[in-house]
Amino acid sequence: MGKRAAAIAGLTEWAPKRVWDEPMFTMEACARLAAEVLADAEVDKGEVDGLVVNGLRESPLFAPSALAEFLGIRSNFNEVVDLGGASPAGMVWRAAAAIEVGICETVLVFVPSVPAPPQPGSNGGPMKMKMGAYMGGEVWGSPQGQFEIPAGLVAATPSFAMAAQRYMAAYGVSEETLAKVAVDSRYNAQANPLAVFYGKPITIDDVMTSRYVADPLKLLEIVMPCYGGSAVLVTSAERAARCPHRPAYVSGYGEHLTHKSITYAPDVIDTPIRLAADRAFAMAGVSRDAVDMASMYDCYTITVLLTIEDAGFCPKGQGGRFIDEHSLRYDGDWPLNTHGGQLGMGQAGLGGGMSHITEAVRQVQGRAGERQVPDCNIAYANGTGGMLAEQVALILEGA
Amino acid sequence: MVHFSTDGRPLPTPTPITAPYFDGLRERRLVLQCCPRHGYFFYPRGRCPECLGDDWEWGELSGQGTVYSFTVDRAGHDPALASRIPFAIALVDLDEGPRLVGNMVDCDVGDVTVGMAVEAAYEDVDDSTLLGFRPVG
Repeated sequence: MGKRAAAIAGLTEWAPKRVWDEPMFTMEACARLAAEVLADAEVDKGEVDGLVVNGLRESPLFAPSALAEFLGIRSNFNEVVDLGGASPAGMVWRAAAAIEVGICETVLVFVPSVPAPPQPGSNGGPMKMKMGAYMGGEVWGSPQGQFEIPAGLVAATPSFAMAAQRYMAAYGVSEETLAKVAVDSRYNAQANPLAVFYGKPITIDDVMTSRYVADPLKLLEIVMPCYGGSAVLVTSAERAARCPHRPAYVSGYGEHLTHKSITYAPDVIDTPIRLAADRAFAMAGVSRDAVDMASMYDCYTITVLLTIEDAGFCPKGQGGRFIDEHSLRYDGDWPLNTHGGQLGMGQAGLGGGMSHITEAVRQVQGRAGERQVPDCNIAYANGTGGMLAEQVALILEGA
Repeated sequence: MVHFSTDGRPLPTPTPITAPYFDGLRERRLVLQCCPRHGYFFYPRGRCPECLGDDWEWGELSGQGTVYSFTVDRAGHDPALASRIPFAIALVDLDEGPRLVGNMVDCDVGDVTVGMAVEAAYEDVDDSTLLGFRPVG
C-alpha cells in the first residue's frame, strides 16, 4: 500500500498546435488554465493554497509571487521546478509531498506554453514554435558553451541519437522496431481529437522512408514542437474524495539525475529512470505486473525503448523484443501512451511532459473515452528531461 | 560562453579555469587535469568531480581513444553550422579514461562506427583550436 495522502482531482489540457492563433501572456494563460482546472475538479479558487510553475515569462524572477498576485491566491506552497521535460512529473510529486507534510492542501500545477502577443516594434503575425538550439548553454562560464556547442552538440535530437546509436551497437535493435513505437503512438492519436496528428495515421514504411535528421533517428521518430498548455489540481485525499472524478492518488514517486550534457552521462543506455522508477514502485508497493497502462515520456522513439527497460518492465537489452511482441495501442495487450504520446499528440513545450500525466489520470478516472483501457486502476507515468538527464517516475492509483 | 568565427561557427570562449586546456589544443597537445586519487577528468574545473579535491595537476594525454557513440547531424540543429552538414559528432572514451566530445575529421561520416579507434585531431578556426577525432589504422 503506497501513499494515499494526495491525489490529482482535476485537469485541463489544450490541443497542441504548431501555429498558435491567439497569443497571450503566460500569466493570462495560467489564469485561463486555473479557471478550467478548478471547474473540472469543482474546487473553489479560495481553497487553493499552493502554486507550482516552471517559470513565468512576464516575471523571470519571483514567478510564484507574481502568479499569486495575478490570480488573487493566498498561497502557502510556492515552487519553480526546472527539470526540463521531467518538470511536470517533478511538479506533481512536489505538490503531493507538500500536501502530505501538511504545509498546504490544494495545489495548482501549471505548464503554459503559448506565444506572447507581439511586442511593439516586432513583426507580429502567427508564430511557429521554435526552441533555441543552445538552451542557455552559451552563457559565460558554461561548460556546454565551451565543449558541446562548438562541436555542434546542440538542441536535443543529436544527444538522443547518440543513445540510439550506442544501443543499436550494443543490442542490435532494428530501426523498424523503433519505428513501431512511432506507429503505435500515431494509432493511439487517432482516438484523441486533441492530437496534432489526429486524422493522420502512419505506417512503418512511412517512418522508415522519412529523412534522417540525426543518425539513426528519422523525422517521424521525433516529436513535433507545438504550443499549448495544461494544468492539474493536486489536493488532499480527503478533499479529492469530495470531487466529482475518481481520485488519482499519487501513490509513489522517484527522481534521479546525474548530468546535463549527454557527454557526461555515466552510461547513455542505462538511464537515471532506473533509480527513479525503482523508488516510485517501492514507495507505491506496486509490482510492474500490476500496471494497467504506462505513460512514458516519448520525445523520441529511443526514449520509450530505454524507459521500458530501465523502468523495469523488461530486462536490459530486451526492449526491442518487448516492443515487437506487444501491441502498445490503447486496445492492445500493453497500452502505452494511449493519448498518442508526444509523438502523436505533439510536444506543447512542457505541456508535452504533462500530457503523459493528464492521460494517466484520465485513464485512472475512467474518462479516456474511445481509448479507455478497461479497469484501469494503476498507471505508471514518467518524465524525461534534458539529454536523458532529469528523470521522474510517478505511480498513479485509482483506489 | 560562445563567440563566432568570421564564417559564423560557434567557438569556445575559455575561462580562467579552462584556458590551459585550450592553450594545449593550440599547441597540438591534449592536456587535462589529473587527480592523484581519481585520475584524469573532463571538463576542466576547480575541483575533482569525484572527491572535490583541488590537488590536481595538468597532464598530457596520448590523444588515443575509441568512439563511445556518435551521430551524424543531417539537419543543422545549430543554424550556425547548417552549411557544414552532414557532420559527425562523436563521444570518445580516451585511453586514460575521460569521455570527450568532438567532430570526426578526415573520414566519411558514413564510415564512423561505435568502438572505432580514433586519435585527437586539431582544427584551427580563427583564434581558436577545436578538438576533433580521426580514425587510426
